[in-house]
Amino acid sequence: MSAHLEDYRPIVGAQVIDELRMLAGRVGHRRLQHVNSTSVGGGVAEILTRMVPLLRDLGIDTTWDVIKGNEAFFAVTKAFHNALHGGTEHISEEMFDVFRSTTEMNLADLDAYGDVVVIHDPQPAGLIARKPEVGGRWLWRCHIDVSTPDPRVWRFLKEYVAQYDASIFSMPDFAQQLTIPQYMVPPSIDPLSDKNRELSDDEVAAVVERYGLDPERPILTQISRFDRLKDPLGVLHAYRLVRRRHDCQLLLAGGGATDDPEGEEVLREVRDAAGDDPDIHVLELPHFSDLDINALVRGSTVVMQKSIKEGFGLTVTEALWKRKPVIGGAVGGIRLQILNGVTGFLVHSPEGAANRVVELLGDPTLREAVGAAGHAHVKENFLTTRHMRDYLLLMLAMEHDDTDLSVLTGSA
Amino acid sequence: MTNQPSFVFDTELHLVVLTGIKARSLAELQAELPRAPGSSIFFHTHQEYLSHEFQRSRHYNDFARWVSETLREEALAEKLAAIDLLAFTTIRQLRDAIIQTVDAYLSELDRAPYECRPEDAFHFCRSRSFVLPTGLVADDVEDFFRKVASISNASLYFHFFEARLRLGRRTSDFSRWLTDRGRPDLAKAIDALNPYIRTLDELRRDIVQLGTGASE
Repeated sequence: MSAHLEDYRPIVGAQVIDELRMLAGRVGHRRLQHVNSTSVGGGVAEILTRMVPLLRDLGIDTTWDVIKGNEAFFAVTKAFHNALHGGTEHISEEMFDVFRSTTEMNLADLDAYGDVVVIHDPQPAGLIARKPEVGGRWLWRCHIDVSTPDPRVWRFLKEYVAQYDASIFSMPDFAQQLTIPQYMVPPSIDPLSDKNRELSDDEVAAVVERYGLDPERPILTQISRFDRLKDPLGVLHAYRLVRRRHDCQLLLAGGGATDDPEGEEVLREVRDAAGDDPDIHVLELPHFSDLDINALVRGSTVVMQKSIKEGFGLTVTEALWKRKPVIGGAVGGIRLQILNGVTGFLVHSPEGAANRVVELLGDPTLREAVGAAGHAHVKENFLTTRHMRDYLLLMLAMEHDDTDLSVLTGSA
Repeated sequence: MTNQPSFVFDTELHLVVLTGIKARSLAELQAELPRAPGSSIFFHTHQEYLSHEFQRSRHYNDFARWVSETLREEALAEKLAAIDLLAFTTIRQLRDAIIQTVDAYLSELDRAPYECRPEDAFHFCRSRSFVLPTGLVADDVEDFFRKVASISNASLYFHFFEARLRLGRRTSDFSRWLTDRGRPDLAKAIDALNPYIRTLDELRRDIVQLGTGASE
């Protein structure tokens, strides 16, 4: 599907679209190059899949490159990811060597040419070594929660990060002691993607039934990668507590990302814990299941994202956009999205989650009010159009000194 | 007609910049307030006014909200929320008022101030702003009020909040221009509007209302 910015006008309003066109005029012919580590699976790939064509439609010369890596490299970067999230990981010197050697290989392969180059996450961070040769302004975009990183891994990564012109984090808590500017840019969802676009009631019911769920009974849902940091076992625990008071079904569904080798192990643990309860549905969804995910969330009564650590939590954004009441772990970017008691509920334990589920299942008016506020919150802050605006502003920021205020006079 | 220039409607778009400065207790807030950039003080006392109504707290500014929700120092939160932003024409004055309020509260506190968990710390941010012309220009007073009705919230925010305090113009751009245009009566009426107790939509409507029937 080709993307056209004008399609977003009825959703976000004329002012937002006109503002983007005005900014694009200012950015002019400057080229924007994104580099990350996977083209499918995971939030970063999803954002770029939708945003790159829209930036092009806006007239910005935008490209997206993906680095290469073997299984060993992605096992290392997964361990780095967990360590940066504050988890306990054994990181050996050999692992740093695997990272360095894959970086060397990609340095030789990468065609860097952007006036502004945005490197996403730790995996391709070492590409900064090309900057002196190709020039341009380089931004390191961190999508993960680095509020309490493993000091050894962060020290290793910081050597690279410090060479960038600026860094970008998803929320204030992730700020670091760095000499380069640190911008805050929350990620976003695309309201017109298959994962988020409006669906008819019939379409929703058909998908819900196809996966063996009963549309007439309440459905609790968590959609996310099978990853310990998403606490699927905690969700199972919460479901069992809820079942003492309410009839309901549980749906745990997630896909895999090519840079996440840990998923299968966690999936096995979840299936073991689910046992033979016919109301627990554990689904491993293949890539390109976006329409099904959309329908499953829309068919849910309450959505959960009980993460223990979270970079941002786009699954929360997606559920809020669909006017669903969301119960989320009080961590990372979930706290930016769920204004406790207004756009959803923040919890710290399976017991807390279960209490909120019971409250919501018994109060349709509360579900509706929370869902409406959540939708409005996403519309204002977490849609792809706001994300595009921030990238355009970053491109302008890279042209000016780091002053508080730049006056751009005259017409574009 | 006068020879005064037309009114050029600008708009302000901004990025949020993380300063890396944070506080976990009142003592740390007291220590960091004097060294946080002026734009950070402006950001944390004004960002709520640009947001959707339901996102607004009863605390009016980020300092008061954090002191209430995280540190549970309700009396100080009320005092911080009560600081009258209209009373100041410079960020320096505003910063001093916040510091004095925290100092006074701490000096009378007869127990050790609470230190919050690291994940609940207050993070000082600032905005990196870009001011751009919207393309809208008003040639006379009547035209001005007609066009105010169609400007974006960001444009209204810039001419009203940013111009008065952050850019140190001491009054809104609208009032200055109307005075120059020989309409101090309308300028005075706009100055009398308290933007801090209205949503931007309400503020725009009130300004347009003032201009109904106005002509040079």
